[in-house]
Amino acid sequence: MAETVLETHGLTMRFGGVTASDNVDFKLAARELRCLIGPNGAGKSTFFKCVTGLLTPTEGHVFMRGQDVTGWQPHQIASLGVGIKTQTPNVMDALSVHENIWLAARRFFDPAEARARADTMIDRLALGSIARTALGQLAHGERQRVELGIVAVADPWLVLLDEPAAGMTAQDVDRMTAIIHDLTRSAAVVIVEHDMQFIRSIAEVVTVFHQGAVLMEDHVDRVMSDPHVRAVYLGKKA
Amino acid sequence: MDLTFVILVEMLYAVASLVLISAGLAVVFGMMKVINLAHGEFMMMGGYATITAVNLGVNVFVAMLVIAPLVVGLIGLVVERLVIRHLYGRLVDTMLATWGLSLVFIGLATMIFGNTTTGISTPIPGFAVGGYQINGYNFFIIVVSILLVIGIYAVLRGTRAGLIARGTMQRADMAAALGYSPDRIYMATFFCGSALSGLAGAVLAPLVGLVPTSGGAYIAKAFITVIAGGPSLIAGLVSSATSFGVISQIFTFAISPVIGEVALLIAAVVLLRTMPQGITGRFFKGKL
Amino acid sequence: MRAGGAGREVLVTLVVAALLIWLMPLVIGTYTLTVLVIYGMLGLSLGLIWGFGGILCFGQAAFFGLGAYTYAIAAINIGESTVPMILAVLVPALFAALLGAMMFYGRLTDVYLGVITLVVTLILFKFVNSTAGPQYKIGEARLGGFNGIPGFQTLNVPGDPDAYIWGDPYFYVCAVMLVIVFLLVTWLLRSSFGRIAVGIRENEVRMALMGYDVAARKTVLFAIGAAIAGLAGALFANWGEIVTPNLFSLGQSAEIIIWCIVGGLGTRLGPIVGAAGLAYLKFLLGQQSMIDNTLITGLILVLFVLFLPRGLVPAIAALLTSIFGRSRRKPSARRMRRLRHG
Repeated sequence: MAETVLETHGLTMRFGGVTASDNVDFKLAARELRCLIGPNGAGKSTFFKCVTGLLTPTEGHVFMRGQDVTGWQPHQIASLGVGIKTQTPNVMDALSVHENIWLAARRFFDPAEARARADTMIDRLALGSIARTALGQLAHGERQRVELGIVAVADPWLVLLDEPAAGMTAQDVDRMTAIIHDLTRSAAVVIVEHDMQFIRSIAEVVTVFHQGAVLMEDHVDRVMSDPHVRAVYLGKKA
Repeated sequence: MDLTFVILVEMLYAVASLVLISAGLAVVFGMMKVINLAHGEFMMMGGYATITAVNLGVNVFVAMLVIAPLVVGLIGLVVERLVIRHLYGRLVDTMLATWGLSLVFIGLATMIFGNTTTGISTPIPGFAVGGYQINGYNFFIIVVSILLVIGIYAVLRGTRAGLIARGTMQRADMAAALGYSPDRIYMATFFCGSALSGLAGAVLAPLVGLVPTSGGAYIAKAFITVIAGGPSLIAGLVSSATSFGVISQIFTFAISPVIGEVALLIAAVVLLRTMPQGITGRFFKGKL
Repeated sequence: MRAGGAGREVLVTLVVAALLIWLMPLVIGTYTLTVLVIYGMLGLSLGLIWGFGGILCFGQAAFFGLGAYTYAIAAINIGESTVPMILAVLVPALFAALLGAMMFYGRLTDVYLGVITLVVTLILFKFVNSTAGPQYKIGEARLGGFNGIPGFQTLNVPGDPDAYIWGDPYFYVCAVMLVIVFLLVTWLLRSSFGRIAVGIRENEVRMALMGYDVAARKTVLFAIGAAIAGLAGALFANWGEIVTPNLFSLGQSAEIIIWCIVGGLGTRLGPIVGAAGLAYLKFLLGQQSMIDNTLITGLILVLFVLFLPRGLVPAIAALLTSIFGRSRRKPSARRMRRLRHG
């Protein structure tokens, strides 16, 4: 059994009277690829935000590589070597592709090393022709790709991606799938996703959220054929 | 006993004048999310409008309660059409532009009225409570601001225009989608906000010697009160004016007026640091 | 290539600065020029934190005034100018670090930042104004309330309190100081720290998710800006030979903001040009009495916000680029708009 890199105990988040995340126990092994799925409002994103430090959970604990990181700031969590991509493209619009990725690398490496790594990452993402273009002028898919580069450039051991495939073209998705597979060679990856097509193409183990809690956790094929899950997605009573 | 009464009146007066000073700014900020930094100069112009009208032989109450709000409201309307409407949705830019406008108005007032202090005497005589002298005009200000708060509440609650206004406050885009032209709503709001500033400046004019730079004394207090009050118009205005008014009066009586002012400012810093969304962002959520 | 570019830029800066320092006194008297240079430095201090750090400070005058008062008080007590000059840089920086830490760790942004910096300026203004009584003393120095503090030791050759630097030499000292500060700012912005600051200006959340401590970095940048403003304040105290509470006034803060807007945010040169240009305009306008001075300043601010929100320097640069057709990347209008909204 590989080392556990991410673990939550009884993670609960309440907004007023609404329990958006309900007593979630979650465990992720090193170099594992895990998808979190569930209908709108199932609590995937709330769970994601609690883990990344964007929200502080009402109850429960988050552990990373055995360390209790509950209530840490996002920058502290990221400093552990965790790559995070939020739902909406979150990039520096006025800066160039290279500058964006360089800044991510600079956090962990000296300037020269950061430059070299940014160059390599840009080649890997096939962004060479637009490396000096400001992000504000790029198409949505390209911006998503740059953000993936920001996440991957610093050699993270845990990568958390919230809806990476949203609004991408089929070609973009293929390229991204390849990059994510690359990442899993050294890092555990958690993907929050809506797009079932994409899930099928990439996932092995899937965790299904429903009404803030974990409904089931199993291999993607069994999850897809499960009547409960289908009912949740189609809105029928199981 | 007499002293308690005097202190109570002074506190009420401090709260009332903060409400009065901030009302115009609060309406504009609450409705349009625009910080009008020329608000103090609107008050200054309200004061000059009153004094000019009184000198022309108009009854002082007519001048304060009718002429000054109208004149300043119209000036506000012109400003909105010429400047503000080009900057909607750009909070910082509107702040900068209105700051520029405030300088323009100071300059204009200096050119027209000169850089000297003018004023009118208070139209209501003072009276004595025990050994203390109380300014009767303070009661007038307390009454005006109570009526003002009730008036704003009634308009927002009881009229069709108020309903549209409340809708716009919450979701300007939805109100627009329902067919209410935001352009006209903003125009009307800015007129009302400016008129309130004019009223405040007019009512306070007899208490202060008026100079073209008088607005500067008001704007910071109004700005602080409105921001500290947070998103709810009336609840925010009343709650933050009460907190700041009481705090500054306590320190004024205990130590000195300057320390009272400083205490108000420090209270504002502490309050914003602990409640960055303002008092009503924390409490009274969703109230008016 | 990068280092070569930097070297050339330093060289160009030095040559242009030397030419200006040589030629300008032929056009404008050095007494006036000195204050233009000082204002340029003050403009640069806000231009750095606002234009490159996205921190809109409504109270930059507080640090300017603090620097001036620190110098005056220290100079009276010490009777020599070297240590007071250093203190005038350190005290505002320390004050800003404390204030900044309070604001940035509280995650206050734009309007709230504006209110707090404005309020702090007012507190200082009111406090200093009320210190007329003889009980307000720091060492030998009476604070003097609204009358200010006159008669302190002005700048002397370090180590020799009797060798005053004033008149033309004082202008050269100020000008050289400005060049040094400008080069330091240039170096800072080229360094990782500066590039990270610009990243934070563009997107705080992303930078935090990369692992940068945004609050700490903003605090440091804020303190650096205050240090420069403090230095400008000390130079101003030496120039005016008196310090008054008006240095802390909101009007002073407003002017610094106007300089930055008019000159151009997100550039190093813009705030300096804006400051010197507008201050000189004010000086010229002060010699006539037909139109009020404040009116013109206000009108300029309104017109720039409406019609030229990027400011003069970027506009002229864009114009030159289009004329000479060089395809250097320039910030787009959209970027500057975003910038101001933090």
